[in-house]
Amino acid sequence: MAKIYSENSIKNLNDLKPREETVNFLLNYSKALSVINCNKMKFEALLN
Amino acid sequence: MQHEIISDALLVSNYIKGDENALEILITRHKQKIYSFIYSKVYDRDVAEDIFQDTFIKVIRTLKRGAYNEEGKFLPWVMRISHNLVIDFFRKNNRMPKFDNSGDFSIFSVLSDNSLNAEKTIIKEQVENDVRRLVDELPEDQKEVLMMRIYNDMSFKEISDRTDVSINTALGRMRYALINLRKIIDKHNIVLTD
Repeated sequence: MAKIYSENSIKNLNDLKPREETVNFLLNYSKALSVINCNKMKFEALLN
Repeated sequence: MQHEIISDALLVSNYIKGDENALEILITRHKQKIYSFIYSKVYDRDVAEDIFQDTFIKVIRTLKRGAYNEEGKFLPWVMRISHNLVIDFFRKNNRMPKFDNSGDFSIFSVLSDNSLNAEKTIIKEQVENDVRRLVDELPEDQKEVLMMRIYNDMSFKEISDRTDVSINTALGRMRYALINLRKIIDKHNIVLTD
């Protein structure tokens, strides 16, 4: 019984992946974000 | 193929230099490991998705600001960020427990508010006052038995002892009291319900 439960749960965990939209959002966020250096200060700007 | 050859350290370095594709390779390479780790802690797809996203937002911001200095340890670093965010999630949730009402079972089928609202409280008071005034109209002996039985919650045995009559007489007075009350109510078309 314990074996069935643990085997299934481990197998399921390995199949898990984030949604495609989440990954795309992150890639777009990365492209939009730019950090501006100005006199030792850093500013973040999100450009669409 | 190319994904396997380039090391994480080089990809990170390329990304910091402005190569956006490097980030895509890094995410693709590690997304399953990181997401599974988060899911194994929170057991909720949506929450895991949120924490995964927040983790990489932190990664992106740190790398773009040039604040990353753990070359060669990219995955453990990301895992630590996600671990901290998982802890934050549980801390926040402990303070304000969330009840997930999305399943077949609805908590509102068990929980209900039985207390009267303001309107019903007023109506109840009015009905009780009306009944009290009707009771005052009854003959004294009937009124006495009814008051003892209904308002003082006494048994007919106690009432008969207190009023020095037999139990049957007390029962009879109670019966006539109720009959008379109904008569008055019918006669004057009094509506006692809301």
